[in-house]
Amino acid sequence: MAAMATMVAAGCGGVWCRARQRCARWPGPGSRPFLRAQRAVVCNARGGAVSAGKSGLAPWIPVVGLEIHAQISSNSKLFSGSRVQFAAPPNSLVSFFDASLPGTLPVLNRRCVEAAVMTALALNCRINKKSLFDRKHYFYADLPAGYQITQQRVPIAVNGSLSYSLCIDNKMSQMVTKTVRIKQIQLEQDSGKSLHDDTRSQTFVDLNRAGVGLMELVMEPDMCCGEEAAAAVRELQLILQTLGSSQAVMAEGQLRVDANVSVHHPGEPYGVRTEVKNINSIRFLAKAVDYEIQRQIQELGNGGTILNETRAFDSKLGCTVPMRDKEGKQDYRFMPEPNLPPLILYDAKSLPANMNHQQVINIDWIHERLPDLPSVKREKLVEQYGILPEHSFTLLVWQQDQNCNSSQASEDGLAEFFESVVKQTQMKPKKVIGWILNDLLSYLKQHSLTVKESPVSSFLLADLLNLLEKKEISSTAAKRVLAELWKGEGKTPLETVKEHKLELLQDQKELEQICQAVIDGQENEVMAIKAGNRKVLNKLIGLVQKKTQGRSNPVLVKQLLEKKLSE
Amino acid sequence: MRVLSLGRWLRAGLVPPRGPASRHSGDRHSGHRPQAPPQGPAQVLLQKVSVEVLEHLEQLALVDFRDSEGVERLQKAIQFADQLHEVNTDGVEPMDSVLEDRCLYLREDDVTEGNCTKELLENARETVEEYFVAPPGNIPLVKLEEQKTYLQGSK
Repeated sequence: MAAMATMVAAGCGGVWCRARQRCARWPGPGSRPFLRAQRAVVCNARGGAVSAGKSGLAPWIPVVGLEIHAQISSNSKLFSGSRVQFAAPPNSLVSFFDASLPGTLPVLNRRCVEAAVMTALALNCRINKKSLFDRKHYFYADLPAGYQITQQRVPIAVNGSLSYSLCIDNKMSQMVTKTVRIKQIQLEQDSGKSLHDDTRSQTFVDLNRAGVGLMELVMEPDMCCGEEAAAAVRELQLILQTLGSSQAVMAEGQLRVDANVSVHHPGEPYGVRTEVKNINSIRFLAKAVDYEIQRQIQELGNGGTILNETRAFDSKLGCTVPMRDKEGKQDYRFMPEPNLPPLILYDAKSLPANMNHQQVINIDWIHERLPDLPSVKREKLVEQYGILPEHSFTLLVWQQDQNCNSSQASEDGLAEFFESVVKQTQMKPKKVIGWILNDLLSYLKQHSLTVKESPVSSFLLADLLNLLEKKEISSTAAKRVLAELWKGEGKTPLETVKEHKLELLQDQKELEQICQAVIDGQENEVMAIKAGNRKVLNKLIGLVQKKTQGRSNPVLVKQLLEKKLSE
Repeated sequence: MRVLSLGRWLRAGLVPPRGPASRHSGDRHSGHRPQAPPQGPAQVLLQKVSVEVLEHLEQLALVDFRDSEGVERLQKAIQFADQLHEVNTDGVEPMDSVLEDRCLYLREDDVTEGNCTKELLENARETVEEYFVAPPGNIPLVKLEEQKTYLQGSK
């Protein structure tokens, strides 16, 4: 357990205590998978997960770097004219070039270059106006040519940054912004798909995916734990989807993340790193990274060494295992791609006069047409509607990558829905947001629906909120109406209110009579209140509510009761 | 192209630095054939490291050197390529493509190919339900100690 103690996070006292409790039920590697609620490594707010127990052992600093492959959203492939499509009959989307038949040559797809430029601009990169293509050689059945065309020497963009936010505590009330540096972005080909049939010792190869355009984003090792990695990838996903350069759906393989993990003592050089592959969702990314950090800390704590190897994440066991095919260091024998001249990009200043418009990519032209990035959209929402930053995050988060069947985008279009409701109601945005994020969203999640599939339209919800705002119904009644509207029977909020008799009593006299009746019937309570115990008043209010079947305005009732009791 | 990369790779620290005899800049012009680099020391050194280097090459390129003639061929090829070092390239940008002055043609993002499953599968020796069939993963190469190749005998 001494080794376990070193994993316990220092930092503010509360965090340490939580982590220590967590520590006591810590499973070893290879045993039970992590419980969802536990965070394996806690990063303190100053960045850099640190663990120093009372045992006085030197703390470990984990270092995490990500390599992300994002499939470019385009009609055809990077170097050939075959279609890009998920789930098609095997080998039906393959051209002669993709199958690497002799005599075929690569022809660069303009849309892929534009997608890479957009992404580079959104991530504040320096774009190389001249970039080169190279061949990366290795043998594998799903790489028919025996090499992959990539950009190793001079990629299309370098030196960018990605800003992301994460909540320091579990309540989502304190968010901190972090940055990870982007080392480079390069264009490269995807390989085909291998389906291993171990029983019959063979592999089935489908080349539909071979040649599809990828953007490889290499990040500097600026992160320290699984949570940071997950938050960074979520933000990147959102950015890519906003730009339209990639759909970035991890479940469909459009976004693949490999993590490089190492640990070292402060002041010492970086430790040996391992590469973790086969991560299929953002949740698994966090788990895989945290597991690997712990594994390395344990191994080194026990006097062992870390091999520079590639490991696969086993989602069922929640651990990383050495990968079968990747023993030994690969020599990729990089060489320039002889069939492709350098890729030249232009800007407004360097635009050549006489060239065909279609053959020219103008960086400035693309820059002007970039859509609002998520961070900008969030700021606008906060400024325009006065909602909290955390709310703006929830409004914009596109898709929760989950390990269950429905990875539905239930928050897709939520921001638009919210804005639409605000336009149609008199209720203040700050109050509307509560209804959207608490009530509507929980219904959507419960029924696994997208915003577009919601049986309650923005018009209906606005109508309901107007009734509430005009004090024609209480908020409890409004929740009941929403539940009824959710059944999608086509009734308006007003009809529902009338049908279930949920209107607030407007007759002051009737209300006064009921209040008086309650006061008369509760002598002991009245005496207690007059003696100074104000809390008992709530019981009287409750009784009035019961008598009116929830149709009384609690504020008004309180006023009336107080007035009567003081007489 | 492949010979080029081998030559550069083998050179790195393994072969002794060239004497002044082979590094002439302006003197030697067209019509004068460059001198072949000295054979003796290079060959001796090459034999010393040859086993490890050649084993690595065999693994990378999946080539079996098979006999001394194969290795000799390799040696001659490297020497032939080494002649490039006769030229002084100080301050000259390396050329990696004869197309470097050409415009890289950009294609429109239209679907123009594909849907030729039957034709593609005709090339394959074995197929199963429109998939190509390949041996499992990467079969690890037999270690050198267990191999019966020429290199075994040269130790």
